[in-house]
Amino acid sequence: MSGQKHLLDVRGLKEYFPVKSGMLNKMLLKAVDDVSFTIDEGETLGLVGESGCGKTTVGRTLLYLYKPTAGEVYFDGQLVTEKNIGDFRKDMQIVFQDPYSSLNPRMTVADIIGEPLDIHKLYSSKKERADRIAELLTLVGLNSEHANRYAHEFSGGQRQRIGIARALAVNPRFIVCDEPVSALDVSIQAQIINTFEDLQQKLGIAYLFIAHDLLVVQHMSRRIAVMYLGRIVEIGPAGDIIGSPVHPYTESLISAIPMPDPETARHKHRIILEGDVPSPLRMPKGCPFRTRCRYATKECEESRPELKEIAPDRFVACHNR
Amino acid sequence: MSEMPLLQVKNLHTSFFTDAGEVKAVNGISYNLDAGKVLGIVGESGSGKSVSAYSVLRILTDTGRVKEGEVLFKGENILKYSEQQMQKFRGSRISIIFQDPMTCLNPTFSIGSQLREAIRIHTDRNKEEIQARALEMLQLVGVNEPEKRLKQYPHELSGGMRQRVMIAMALACEPDILIADEPTTALDVTIQAQILELMQDLQRKLGMAIIMITHDLGVIADMCDEIIVMYGGKVCERGTADEIFYNPRHEYTKGLIRSIPRISEKHEKLIPISGSPVDLLNLPKGCAFAARCDHAMKICLEQPPEEVRVNDFHIAACWNNVKQMMDEAKDGEET
Repeated sequence: MSGQKHLLDVRGLKEYFPVKSGMLNKMLLKAVDDVSFTIDEGETLGLVGESGCGKTTVGRTLLYLYKPTAGEVYFDGQLVTEKNIGDFRKDMQIVFQDPYSSLNPRMTVADIIGEPLDIHKLYSSKKERADRIAELLTLVGLNSEHANRYAHEFSGGQRQRIGIARALAVNPRFIVCDEPVSALDVSIQAQIINTFEDLQQKLGIAYLFIAHDLLVVQHMSRRIAVMYLGRIVEIGPAGDIIGSPVHPYTESLISAIPMPDPETARHKHRIILEGDVPSPLRMPKGCPFRTRCRYATKECEESRPELKEIAPDRFVACHNR
Repeated sequence: MSEMPLLQVKNLHTSFFTDAGEVKAVNGISYNLDAGKVLGIVGESGSGKSVSAYSVLRILTDTGRVKEGEVLFKGENILKYSEQQMQKFRGSRISIIFQDPMTCLNPTFSIGSQLREAIRIHTDRNKEEIQARALEMLQLVGVNEPEKRLKQYPHELSGGMRQRVMIAMALACEPDILIADEPTTALDVTIQAQILELMQDLQRKLGMAIIMITHDLGVIADMCDEIIVMYGGKVCERGTADEIFYNPRHEYTKGLIRSIPRISEKHEKLIPISGSPVDLLNLPKGCAFAARCDHAMKICLEQPPEEVRVNDFHIAACWNNVKQMMDEAKDGEET
């Protein structure tokens, strides 16, 4: 990796949840298991994977919404801890997937967007607060008259814009976007994607863009990380990951994307994975993917492959590649 | 066409009568489905794509009513059927699978008893034959360890497995048509690929027709022979997959295709459709899409566009298409 300072540096992040199984047995669910990556100023890293792979947990843990079991998060070179996370909240924000449950129905739009301003005391007069709220609403493509309405009066796409305005209120340098367009219709999805891109260009914000839709992720991201059962199996430049995937899981994931193009669909060969994702409570020994992998060998059963650099800025965790 | 289509939907209107007023979910749609073909109905939430299919099977909620139109199955209007006739018809001639298999399976009964029930209602097989058929169906849809699965309950199965069980139930009585209402929307992409592959495979083996309802243009492109694009309860256009994707004639279809991200070397900005979906309580006088259309003309606001034949494989209901065709005809005359 380059010597320059990264905006965000996540090292060996682990998040284990204790779960009960049976009467006395306590087991550890390893939602995130030793995940490391970096994000530069103004860059977008896409994080993809199937449900239960831990991608959302990564986003929440690095913001200390969950306390990490292990690992370090550096923001702008400084170590983020449970004690000082308050100081970083202004720099690191999040936009949630569900624009319905993530906005308080009893609050007006002005209060929703104004709350972070109140908490961080970012204004000196009432007028300044109102002006800032109006400015934020315009920034995300709403208009300032919307400020006195309630969330339920808006459509899904507009609500997501409110959520984005709330995240932007404190002038963050980094936003975790947790499936921000999955709940939206196609035509609205494109509006929100463009809003994210415009904001990045204007304000230079870096994103961790979490999604399961690979077409959306490759459109948004400079680099992509692919997760499977709590670990990153492949990370690299977006074009390379989509164009020439190396890890067998990435390969089948990409071949499984339904292409919105009949000609491509006719000539495409889908690599169908057998079976389902194993339960993270009963993680297979060795490589977690080996139970569904068509290249699995004896070695895959015995030891877990670590990420290794196969090309500049391109890392893969597979024994056979 | 000499042969009668398997299913003919003619000028179907369905409304929901709510406290807020009449929600006009489906406003006069017509289409034909031939035996053994895959028809895709694509549209966004509230476009009427699901309601149009529920109207065919008459499984609307209490407030919903088919106001007008005909649904002819092999030439017979099934909207005239009594509820009893309809119960016999559903599942045996036309079956349906839904988006969320968890809410469609009864959590208190085993997979086996639910599957056997579907077979018992529609056939006169005896107990052993029913059990054998249930097992056979599970094997057909690729459920591993079928004997064990018959004894299990829905919560013990994964999402993909549950959808397979739903498909097994729907196909147990060999229907002529399978309606699949967003069958893979709740599933992960690798599981979605499994289910789509399975549906294509079964369609080839059993030869039934499929009506595939989805918002995903990728799934549509992958699966369908013919496509209907719906907006505001109406058909925008209808045609073969190639016609719809490579020669779209309705401004809404063009907008949809422009707004999906594609895999490309250079980064092209998406062109979204502006505004929000039409309010079904207050449908406009003219074209339902006019308010969001960049090319709306005066006539679009005043008069609903009629379905116009573009070519043998393509019909579109858009005034811009009419204009384009007139311009082309004029050019043809001049040269």
